[in-house]
Amino acid sequence: MDKMPKWADVVLIPLISLILAAILSALVILGIGEDPVAAVKLMVEGALGSTYGWGYTLYYATNFMFTGLAVAVAFHARLFNIGGEGQAMLGGLGVAVISLYVPWPHWSVALIAASAAAMLFGAAWAAIPAYLQARRGSHIVITTIMFNFIAAALLNYMLVNVMRPEGSMDPATARFPAAVHLPTLNEILAPLGIPFSKAAPANVSLLVAIGACILVWALIWRTRLGYEIRAYGHSETGARYAGISPFRITMIAMLISGALAGLMAINNVMGEAERLVLNSTEGAGFIGIAVALMGRSHPFGVFLAAILFGFLYQGGAELALWTSIPRELIVVIQALVILFTGALDNMVRMPLERLFLARSRRRRDRGEGAPLPERKPTRPGE
Amino acid sequence: MTFMKSLMGAAASLALSAGLAVAEPAIIFDLGGKFDKSFNEAAFKGAQRWAEETGGKFRDIELQSEAQREQALRRFAENGANPVVMVGFAFADALSQVADDYPDTKFVIIDMVVDKPNVRSVVFNEHEGSYLVGMLAAMASKTGKVGFIGGMDIPLIRKFACGYAQGVKAVKPEAEIISNMTGTTPAAWNDPVKGSELAKAQIAQGADVIYAAAGGTGVGVLQTAADEGILSIGVDSNQNYMHPGKVLTSMMKRVDNAVYQALKDGPDMETGFSVMGLANGGVDYALDEYNAPLISAEMKARVDEAKAAIAGGEIKVHDYMSDDSCPALSF
Repeated sequence: MDKMPKWADVVLIPLISLILAAILSALVILGIGEDPVAAVKLMVEGALGSTYGWGYTLYYATNFMFTGLAVAVAFHARLFNIGGEGQAMLGGLGVAVISLYVPWPHWSVALIAASAAAMLFGAAWAAIPAYLQARRGSHIVITTIMFNFIAAALLNYMLVNVMRPEGSMDPATARFPAAVHLPTLNEILAPLGIPFSKAAPANVSLLVAIGACILVWALIWRTRLGYEIRAYGHSETGARYAGISPFRITMIAMLISGALAGLMAINNVMGEAERLVLNSTEGAGFIGIAVALMGRSHPFGVFLAAILFGFLYQGGAELALWTSIPRELIVVIQALVILFTGALDNMVRMPLERLFLARSRRRRDRGEGAPLPERKPTRPGE
Repeated sequence: MTFMKSLMGAAASLALSAGLAVAEPAIIFDLGGKFDKSFNEAAFKGAQRWAEETGGKFRDIELQSEAQREQALRRFAENGANPVVMVGFAFADALSQVADDYPDTKFVIIDMVVDKPNVRSVVFNEHEGSYLVGMLAAMASKTGKVGFIGGMDIPLIRKFACGYAQGVKAVKPEAEIISNMTGTTPAAWNDPVKGSELAKAQIAQGADVIYAAAGGTGVGVLQTAADEGILSIGVDSNQNYMHPGKVLTSMMKRVDNAVYQALKDGPDMETGFSVMGLANGGVDYALDEYNAPLISAEMKARVDEAKAAIAGGEIKVHDYMSDDSCPALSF
């Protein structure tokens, strides 16, 4: 046994990382003369203490689920898609075109069409870097991040010169017609007799996001294509030997990834703003990377990590509203969590791994036979 | 279900009690942040002046994201903040959605008109103030060429440029006005490097006085003008102090007065349309110890004469936003 038990990999490492981030954040808050305990209380109450708070937490979480899944699918093929931001922007453009220029009879039809357009636009934006990677060997990290800038410039041009209503000063489209208004959680839950805050923007897209989590799980672990994607991710030469075309897998994985990132637009553009504004994605594409890292590229992990980041966003907004903690510091706290769970993952993992290995070796030396930590989980430091 | 309801109710009241105790006013700053040395900072100073004079307290938030516009508005309104002041035209869309839900809360929006019974819309006659600094620019210019650098290319900024051009032409009909905009997105409000490049380009074309109506971008324009030994004109706040003897004057847009007045009027304020112009001290040109050597007695006399004439209605300065065209400048 030279591996850590699975529960330690999935639960213990993220938990320890989070606690470390929390301790450091508390020190930072203490450093500027605010009370960290009160700040945590405010964050928890503001984000989880009311249906209003949950409404915002889940709204942000929906965004992060889509972008997190997008990054996760590409990760399985060992492709690093940093272009979620640009793909989501283009998805927003697709949603806006569909919502503004077609008269829809009902939101449900509009949602299907808008989702299709969002996925198409997002996938198209991912297709070019994918092709360049598969055929020309241009590194996907470089090309996708460049495409973020091109997407921003394109959106800028469209909003300023084409889609801006006459006489408006904001670089934004007109408001979408009332027919494409997506039902919010308040409107969905009211007929069931469950009161939910009217002000919160969480909407039916949340259910789409959960559906996407399930579909991605089925795709990766229950289909032949998913197997091929994972096989390619583990070893390109091995996959080639087994008759899997690297070009095909690179293209398909990136198209799915781009489509998922683009699909985010049904939440932030169609569900919340109901118009396309310049900075509609607000970094969700980048947060998706952290979400996928923390969720170990597993859809259920992505789901949980997305809710955690939703909590951080909404809790951060509450801190900004009711304390004098400046907004720059709230970004620092969010960044600490990303740093510890994403970038500094190995800092926690390596000592923990060593601890587990040392323990199992000790056991073997004592002649207890092959230890089976899965069957009998024990605490580290024992 | 009733148990669920009471649970939710308890949670909601708990969340509410975490908020405000009494009706405190609240201010929402735009994405530029409250220390932008210009527009937002002027609003902050107005609120501070009110707090110092009355001993009152106010809440404020600097937005981090677009989704927070509506959220902050609703949160402050639900927790009894009154009035709620918004600094910037970008709030118009969110406010027109929210205002009806909180009929007892007074909202104040600056730089935009939102037609609701509980909203006070404050707009400024920037073209009048720009006309005055345009006259000063023409009188101070030796080359007969003056520059204008705007932030984001929107009708509001063209209004500044148009008033400025009219003032220049009123003094020197043959003068040339070089006009540039920094960009077409909100990023153009905070790009001092680009501002500096544009200023250099205008200086190369012969401009020797440059008016920057560009928020944080103007910091770069003023710096370059001072480095290259020409004059500049500040905007919104009084920016004369930034480069003493190098800033000809500043077109002051008294956002601070508007915010101060709103907080002073409190929850019982009159709502509706409020225009701040030369006549009621809403806009003006700045004269202090930093630029006194630059403004001769003759210049001052001439500008003050025009100021009185505009306030009295004898001179009409054309407002670009009234018909989207400008007689003195083409864009």
